[in-house]
Amino acid sequence: MPATGDRVWRRRTPAASLLRWAGWLLAVLVLVRCWTLMNENTIWDFVSDAPTQAADLITRMVPPRWSVIPSLWQPLWDTINIATLGTLLGLLIGTPVAFLAARDTTPSKIFARPLALAIIVSSRSINALIWALLLVTVLGPGVLAGIIAIGLRSIGFIGKLLYEAIEEVDRKQVEAIEATGASGGQRLIYGIVPQIMPAFAGITVYRWDINIRESAVLGLVGAGGIGLQLNASVSRLAWPEVTVIFAAILLTVFLSEYVSAQVRKRII
Amino acid sequence: MSEARTWSPPPLIRNPWLRHGLRAAALLYLAAAFSTIHLNPARLAQGLDRGWAFVSAFGHPNIVRHGQEIFEGFIESLTMTAVATAAGVALSLPVGLGAARNLAPGPLYALCRGLIAISRTFPEIIVAILFVKMFGFGPLAGAATLVFATIGFMAKLLAEDIEDIDEGQVEAIRATGAGPFQTLVYAVQPQVIARFIGLSVYRLDINFRESAVIGIVGAGGIGATLDTAFTQYDFETAAAILLTIIGIVMATEYISSLVRERLR
Repeated sequence: MPATGDRVWRRRTPAASLLRWAGWLLAVLVLVRCWTLMNENTIWDFVSDAPTQAADLITRMVPPRWSVIPSLWQPLWDTINIATLGTLLGLLIGTPVAFLAARDTTPSKIFARPLALAIIVSSRSINALIWALLLVTVLGPGVLAGIIAIGLRSIGFIGKLLYEAIEEVDRKQVEAIEATGASGGQRLIYGIVPQIMPAFAGITVYRWDINIRESAVLGLVGAGGIGLQLNASVSRLAWPEVTVIFAAILLTVFLSEYVSAQVRKRII
Repeated sequence: MSEARTWSPPPLIRNPWLRHGLRAAALLYLAAAFSTIHLNPARLAQGLDRGWAFVSAFGHPNIVRHGQEIFEGFIESLTMTAVATAAGVALSLPVGLGAARNLAPGPLYALCRGLIAISRTFPEIIVAILFVKMFGFGPLAGAATLVFATIGFMAKLLAEDIEDIDEGQVEAIRATGAGPFQTLVYAVQPQVIARFIGLSVYRLDINFRESAVIGIVGAGGIGATLDTAFTQYDFETAAAILLTIIGIVMATEYISSLVRERLR
């Protein structure tokens, strides 16, 4: 036992460690409260038979009904088109937004930049499914609603990554172009654009890959693609068909991931 | 006098055949893709009115008309997010450790990597459909979905971080006679914890956004309220919900950037 007056080393002062304990206690209390709140609306009878439900689901899902495959080609083609055209739409709007948002290229820091940042945040906060939900009520169900939903969702992603890339360009090259007497537009085209091209291509392919994944489920709210088939099969409780559709979605996702990884490896 | 020569930047693809071929293929694809869009002008004209009604609804969002439902929906979304993030992060620890090649034995590595791959390939909404079928409608199914997605995300990034650690520190701790668990706590944990906390906060952010969506298939949260508002063409309520989501996302994004800055 240490004699009185000896000071024992501790990592934190008593006050700091007390504060940390209080913090942890608060976090646990909040979590417990959340858990109870969340479960007020849960019907535990349904939860308790979850294992039987899962087993039931699996027995219903096999054997898969492979005969639906021929009817899946058209929706799959639609899904890929939604992702590709949606990515193009996102690029078309996202690129100017990125230039408006980047500190070096924005025409006005007080007006254009906050506006562009607001567009980016709004687009990123709202999931493609919510955009699709909205567009289906506006445009009617179909591929077009899906394309626009994917496009709107992509603006924020492309805009954010691209404006970060623009802000990180090498200033010296831009200065060199400026020193030749280049105008504002020439400075952009010869000083900045060549430097962000690899990032631009990488972002595009990456977003396309994500968009394939998202467009596969957009049909759940009626916006075209393979999700329509999925929704139809789930609501008819045709689980053997659902298995086949899952397999088709997985295969598409794997393929797009492979393509995107290959392209990014080539570029970067 | 020779004529003035102007410089033009070299083309991206040197081979002209390949360049023009790719261009033609892209044009062909675009033509084929655009031809699959079926436009119905009458429906579109009707839609434009609705579209305008929606856009103008952002000018006067109405949060009061369905105030009670909106409030309950957001509380449900936020509680789901909190519970699912805590549980998912806790569960991702063992899975992440098991998926790190430099720590885990072969079979365990394969098992954990498989789990991560499954969790990452299925979109949240599809997992939600399955969980709703298993657990019944309500926030528990949604929380389970988010936990599942969080495990895949966090465990993959944790495993990659662990694979990148400095082996020298592990060796140093082991040289003091530390057991495997002590090595984990004193050599591995200090090297990965800062990024892990940062990623957890980031995942909290993602989980909230996702919780707003999975309600569409009956997994609880604000998504169900939003879905109802759209199907009733109640654009003022929908606009209020969307603006609130954007506000909350901006707030969590701001908090998570503060946390990550402090950790750096």
